[in-house]
Amino acid sequence: MPELRDLYQELIIDHGRRPRNFGALADANHRAEGFNPLCGDRITLFVKTREGVIEDVRFEGTGCAISTASASLMSEALKGRTEAEARALFDGFHALVTGEGAAEQAPLGKLEVLAGVAEFPARVKCATLAWHTLIAALRDQSAPVTTEGEESR
Amino acid sequence: MRDDPKERAALGRAANAIAPADGIARRRADFPILARTVNDRPLVYLDNGATSQKPQCVIDAEAHYYAHLNANVHRGVHRLSQEATDAYEAARDIARDFINAAQREEIVFVRGTTEAINLVANSFGARFRAGDEILITGMEHHSNIVPWQLACERSGAVLKVVPVDDSGELDAAAFESLLSPRTRIVGLTHVSNALGTINPVRELIALAHARGVPVLLDGAQAVPHLAIDVQALDCDFYAFSGHKLYGPTGTGVLYGRRALLEAMPPWQGGGDMIRQVSFARTTYNDLPYRFEAGTPNIAGAIALGEAMRYVRDLGLDAIAAHESALLRDATERARAFPGLRLIGTAREKAAILSFVLQDVHAHDVGSILDHEGVAVRTGHHCAMPLMERFGVAATVRASFALYNTHEDVAALFAALDKVREVFGDA
Repeated sequence: MPELRDLYQELIIDHGRRPRNFGALADANHRAEGFNPLCGDRITLFVKTREGVIEDVRFEGTGCAISTASASLMSEALKGRTEAEARALFDGFHALVTGEGAAEQAPLGKLEVLAGVAEFPARVKCATLAWHTLIAALRDQSAPVTTEGEESR
Repeated sequence: MRDDPKERAALGRAANAIAPADGIARRRADFPILARTVNDRPLVYLDNGATSQKPQCVIDAEAHYYAHLNANVHRGVHRLSQEATDAYEAARDIARDFINAAQREEIVFVRGTTEAINLVANSFGARFRAGDEILITGMEHHSNIVPWQLACERSGAVLKVVPVDDSGELDAAAFESLLSPRTRIVGLTHVSNALGTINPVRELIALAHARGVPVLLDGAQAVPHLAIDVQALDCDFYAFSGHKLYGPTGTGVLYGRRALLEAMPPWQGGGDMIRQVSFARTTYNDLPYRFEAGTPNIAGAIALGEAMRYVRDLGLDAIAAHESALLRDATERARAFPGLRLIGTAREKAAILSFVLQDVHAHDVGSILDHEGVAVRTGHHCAMPLMERFGVAATVRASFALYNTHEDVAALFAALDKVREVFGDA
């Protein structure tokens, strides 16, 4: 049986309560919305890139501890990365939280604190909302992103 | 189950005694699923507002139909078809009795509350015209909002909404003032699925009728908890689902006043709803078959009949008394729980405790409760406008059924203590 602390580690509770990089980013050149209507989780993601490198990431919104902590940890992990590295990080993170073997992926650092989500299938969509919104932002996709329906039932 | 008046009377007396719970909650043994575990803990099922569990007699009734009676209804001259038809129509008689409709022709079997309301919005709504008004309330389930919005789109009618106050009660004065000469129908929930509010429907119906406006009641959350008498309520339509009433999914009933149903055009066309078909002209069947196109959920209707018999034999007054005691217990504990805000504090409530915890999202509460073996609903409860009214994205909803116990209530609050342990104090 999965333990609650596997999901709700101190770092997650901390980032859920005091999200880093929270707020709008005036000079963002990419932006996207994520919305899970069943949960009510909402995120607006602001990304500032220059010559393919992510210089700053900020976000606004409301959500559960998992989605807020995931967005917060993501925003920290992305600064200074190239867009290609960010996409690779997305792949690795996705494999981690869906339990599809993250071993061979690039090291995820602090993001690995969300590994426990894999044992709680109903919450995968919470952990991935910010990341799918990031991909949408880098593509300048205008339609809001949702992760409801694709990763859990 | 037998229909034993003495036993029912005894149950009624027990409900008024000091320990009302015991007589009803002993029926837990009738529900096989309640013996299972979740995460190695006994299942504490408090998501009855979403769907109730099924007693063995209902499961048996559905299986019995397939094992012994399976045939199409209203068709064959052969023996099985006769027996299947008899069983299906007997379920209609039970449903008529269950809500005290005047005639069996007023009972239409449908897939559930949603289909019942869509039927009325499409068929009764076929004569809505531009500028007509449909009056609903701010506490409706999406299934009593969206069918009317679709009717508005088709006809040019306008949707009007009665506001909800801070306690989760309807503003009766606003209800009255929103009834206009253009109002064609009122769609009103009997019991709110997200708040538990029992609306004063008899008074509201009287106000509508005084202006000649018919009323549809959404009874999905009412039928498992309150004795329903559609004649005493004087409602024009009453819609409910079987699966919240200990019956199978995909079953439900639309009650419609005969004079209204008679005047309504068919909604879905097909077999069973016709009298004679030719390419030049088709004539339609009598009530209620005119509204039951195609092969119905025969097994489901028969099993729903069994569920109604089961509930009737236990007695809704006894069930309501037991559930009220559980709700009182839960409400008292909730009021004492740090950082808990009740959403829905109406004076009259049925079986539903909806709340939010300060600094903890409803889905985090739901995951931790699930881990502790406690099943609740978290989310917007298909009532997004109502959530917006209360300024929350989601609530946690515990909802009670006849088989719940005070131990279940205690387990809920022990699991909420666990939430505080994980998330820290409010």
